[in-house]
Amino acid sequence: MTDRDLTGSFAGIDVGGTFTDLIHYDSRAGRVRLAKVATTLDNQAHGVLAALDAAEVDAAALDLIVHGTTTTTNAVLERRLCKTGLITTQGFRDVLELGRRTRPQAYGMKGQFRPLIPRDLRLEVPERMLASGAEHLPLDEDALRIALRRLVAEDCEALVIHFLHAYANPAHERRAGEIAREEWPNGNITLGHALLSESREYERGVTAAVNASVQPLLRRYVERLADRLSERGYARDLLVMNGNGGMVSARIVAEEAAKTVMSGPASGVMAAAYTGRRAGIPDLLTYDMGGTSTDVAMIRGADPAVSHEIEIEYAMPIHVPMVDVRTVGAGGGSIARVNAAGLLQVGPESAGSTPGPICYGKGGTEPTISDANMLLGRMNPDRLNTGAGGVLLDTIRKAFAEKIAAPLGLDATEAAAAVLRIATAKMADAVRMVSISLGEDPRDFALFAFGGAGPLHACAIARELGVPRVLVPARPGITNALGCIVADLRHDFVQTINRPLDLCDMDEVHAAFARQAEDGRAAIDREHVEIAELRTATSVDMQFIGQTHLLRVPLPDGLPTREDLRSLFEDAYFRRFQVKLPEIRPALVNVNTSVIGRRPEVDLSQLLDASERKASLAEAQSGTRPVYFDGWVETPVYWRDHLPGDAVLEGPAIVEQMDCTLVMEPGDTARQDADGNLIVTLGERS
Amino acid sequence: MIDPITLTVIQSGLQQVCDEMDLSFSRAAFSPVIAEANDRSDGIYSAADGSLIAQGSMGLPVFVGTMQFSTRTLIEMIRDGKAAAPKPGDIYIVNDPYLGGTHLMDVRFAMPVWRNGEIFCWLSNTGHWPDTGGAVPGGFSASATAVEQEGLRLPPVRLFKEGEMDAEIYAIICSNIRVADQRIGDVKAQAAALYVGEARLTRLLDRYGDDVVEEAIGELRTRAAQQMRASIAAITVGSYESVAYVDSDGVVNEPLEIRLKVIADGDGLTFDFTGSSLPCAGPMNSVWATTQSSVYLAMRHIFPDVPISAGAFEPLTIHRPEGTFLDARYPRPVSGCAAEVSQRIAEAVFAALVGALPDLVTAAPAGTSGNFALGGEVPEEGRSYVMYQISGGGYGGYAGGDGISNGCSTIGISKSPPVEIMEQQFPVLYHRYALHEGSGGAGQYRGGFGLDYEVELLRGTARASFVMDHGRFGPQGALGGADGGVNRVEVTRGGERFVPEHLSKAQDIALTAGDRVRVRTPGGGGYGPVEDRDPELVAEDVRLGRYSAEEARRLFGVERP
Repeated sequence: MTDRDLTGSFAGIDVGGTFTDLIHYDSRAGRVRLAKVATTLDNQAHGVLAALDAAEVDAAALDLIVHGTTTTTNAVLERRLCKTGLITTQGFRDVLELGRRTRPQAYGMKGQFRPLIPRDLRLEVPERMLASGAEHLPLDEDALRIALRRLVAEDCEALVIHFLHAYANPAHERRAGEIAREEWPNGNITLGHALLSESREYERGVTAAVNASVQPLLRRYVERLADRLSERGYARDLLVMNGNGGMVSARIVAEEAAKTVMSGPASGVMAAAYTGRRAGIPDLLTYDMGGTSTDVAMIRGADPAVSHEIEIEYAMPIHVPMVDVRTVGAGGGSIARVNAAGLLQVGPESAGSTPGPICYGKGGTEPTISDANMLLGRMNPDRLNTGAGGVLLDTIRKAFAEKIAAPLGLDATEAAAAVLRIATAKMADAVRMVSISLGEDPRDFALFAFGGAGPLHACAIARELGVPRVLVPARPGITNALGCIVADLRHDFVQTINRPLDLCDMDEVHAAFARQAEDGRAAIDREHVEIAELRTATSVDMQFIGQTHLLRVPLPDGLPTREDLRSLFEDAYFRRFQVKLPEIRPALVNVNTSVIGRRPEVDLSQLLDASERKASLAEAQSGTRPVYFDGWVETPVYWRDHLPGDAVLEGPAIVEQMDCTLVMEPGDTARQDADGNLIVTLGERS
Repeated sequence: MIDPITLTVIQSGLQQVCDEMDLSFSRAAFSPVIAEANDRSDGIYSAADGSLIAQGSMGLPVFVGTMQFSTRTLIEMIRDGKAAAPKPGDIYIVNDPYLGGTHLMDVRFAMPVWRNGEIFCWLSNTGHWPDTGGAVPGGFSASATAVEQEGLRLPPVRLFKEGEMDAEIYAIICSNIRVADQRIGDVKAQAAALYVGEARLTRLLDRYGDDVVEEAIGELRTRAAQQMRASIAAITVGSYESVAYVDSDGVVNEPLEIRLKVIADGDGLTFDFTGSSLPCAGPMNSVWATTQSSVYLAMRHIFPDVPISAGAFEPLTIHRPEGTFLDARYPRPVSGCAAEVSQRIAEAVFAALVGALPDLVTAAPAGTSGNFALGGEVPEEGRSYVMYQISGGGYGGYAGGDGISNGCSTIGISKSPPVEIMEQQFPVLYHRYALHEGSGGAGQYRGGFGLDYEVELLRGTARASFVMDHGRFGPQGALGGADGGVNRVEVTRGGERFVPEHLSKAQDIALTAGDRVRVRTPGGGGYGPVEDRDPELVAEDVRLGRYSAEEARRLFGVERP
């Protein structure tokens, strides 16, 4: 430990779909405690308190609790939203219902779309700004008051005020906000430009509507949780994770509630970046495979890619900065079947969590990826619930024999191996597409495997991708909770300029950067959290005039000149697309600033309890079992916590731990590093 | 024989090659129409006859199967000495509609993949160029009467020779198109996508061996045919007929008729367009390749799980509709074929088969791309511009659901431009961007609603052109459902309001500052008898202002909604 290290007692608690995970890190006692309890969907606070109990953590003695919640994510995806009203520019109330004119899938003319706010709660008032920011029609304040009263009478709990071109001139939205505060019964008022000062009325409007319609829920939830924690004597500030991978105080988090959407996956990626930096592997593709889906993200130089143009489902753009996590096809529950063409397919249908794969013993009957792992010895068959209401390995074998093997002329084992081969190829393709779409060759990265099923497949997928190394962290199953401990404080700002670069007023550009940095520093000051370093990262979004897609260009420290911006953009464009376009003028679209409060270092080596370590590999081995790798191989099985500090493993091998299994294939080698990560180097395998 | 697992892996491998070409093309392309609207497609074609092996899943739907016709034509022309023989590194460019194309703006590149000195297969892609010359910017001239007025027509020539671009051919192209200086960004992207595909395919061939991949391609074709046969087996043996109408050809103000008879014989489907209208004077002609692709596109919408390949098309026989406007020959103008006529052909397929496949097929969607082009000058800024507003319309109702509102064209999947971006770039002001109230066709499951927008010219002068459809007849209802609301265009010029003579098509209407254009796009057709609609749903639509109380009575027969 150095004196820059984090000192104190910290709890990171992440609520996931199935489990609530906790990491408690006490630098003074030099120990880490972990807990995994069931998520309580109706009120996530119960699960949070249960996790503290399970880890025997005294809330009163904690210096900080950082919390990742799915409250807002679930509310949006399941449309359990608060009754929200919209007041918008006359002529434009249907923008939220019309969308950007697409359909849910490329082929098939069916599908549904439900706007976030129903038509009768979307009201219009006379007012109009032009794209230049000039006022075209003044705000009709009487009409506004009438509209407000109508929405109050309708019992709306939250309000959105969203006017055309408010990003260029927010005067009408601000004035409407002042009046609304006189009329509205609570503080749940979202102004479109306040959350996102960018053009594109649908995206800005949806972002504001998401914010408003989850704001009361999040406010109630964090207040209730803070109350319960203070009953237990917790006196400090509660921090909540945002989707950008930073955290904010519970006192202000609800103001920008939309920013907490998708914070769980972001938290995992932050932990991966942190772990990779300490391990000296700063370029990573994260591979988080769960029961129903797999999340993939890219980390360059220990910095996760952040996007502010994420669409979390069909026609649901939430344009606040979020760690760019892509959800791709398969999860452990993906169903294998032989289609009408006689070809074996894996997914997209999933057994989900209920009934789940056959091996869950909860009534599942369709063969899945998890079942194939079980049948092939990659997962421990002893862990199968064979008791009352449970399932036997033979049941799984029979399902593969009947549904896959028979139509293909294979035996059950070959069928299960075939399912894994196709799943591996498919997942590798998906990871490659994510990588290429972000402009990078996957072979330049290491794969960071986490989530319940990530380490089961990571080595096979890496081999298929040509990725040379796999990093398996000490505690793959609680990576999101670790993200809560190591995350930074972070505030992101975007300001639209949208002018040809040679017509930009550079003083105005510099003023925008200065204002963003100042706002960010002020926000971090208000959070009263110990930080080791305050960092400001700036970037611009630019394009050639005539284009619609933007290229984000990170800027070095200091204020850029016009010429700097031109040459940095041209270089970045060439690197990305291998095309030079000197004939065409560039435009400056957005200026962006992220203000990041970096927290003191956390010593990850304590994630594995040193006292559990055995002196030799032989002692760490819990046994052997037959595992299928193009044929049955009697394979050594190790218990992760028992591995000696400097363990070096040769594949084939299985490494098991509480909630996760790593499969190393023949030819792979792994060494354990100082933080307890296993770094697998892939061997050649025909 | 190839084992079924390797077969699946090679199938995904071929698909991946195409998807990477799609991605590479879009990402590097300069034009928004390719980069953002994804108006492009990439695929792999057989060396023998150009038949489709695999096609990118992110391609614009209208291009389903089209490039196999242009690739086949190219292979035949090379064989007959009508096009230069290829060397490694050569890429052909072609946009001739009559040589297996669509309209002139869809520019195709094709490149052989060489193995041991032989052509193993072809890679080809299509990108919609923003302009290829001709009478109007963008190429959609509503009153063209010959293809020469629509733009530059390129026979297959080698734009890249042994990896190097032929600067002389490129100079000829650039001298004949508008905003030529931006095209190089698209040309480089389109070629680069083919090189990406070549590299990925080479890796696949090296890994599995040319013979194995070749065998897999043959086997996959057989199995795709099998899968399509299994899908269409649900159609009872018999003959199914439909009629669909294009408002007019833009020159002669009379409707064009598509007559379709689909015959199911228990093994495959035959599509017969006999009796359709004669070739027309204006640009609403379709070429043979586009007509076939439109049928494939419609079938793909009905059976989205069947992968796109020549095998899937095998059980579908399309009689060549010689002598009709669906098989136009040189020099008939064709700019409307890909954007409009194709959608009407798809509508005819849906209307013919909805009775046989009531759970799968929807009532007719709006089925128009809604092209509104405004070309003008801003004198004080000394610049001219061309603004395009494309827009969606209502989709048809279907068993189990109402149609979606403001869905994109049947043949596209691109996003429409935001009002705020349009107002930033062009001297216009939108007064309204709203649901086209009352436009959803009544039925047990009603159609979705169209779009209703009104835009004012703020400064300078401009000319407005429209290439839309369904202005005369609304999208067809199905199984007792009513037709959707028609497309309406209104121009207010000098304070006077008028409707263009051809309703949905017009060219070069002169406007000055203060003049307005209002467009209401079609609603989707209704599905099933209106008597079967839950009255509470009608009441809900009235409460939300989607229909007036009067419309509820008239269209749904609900007295007190």
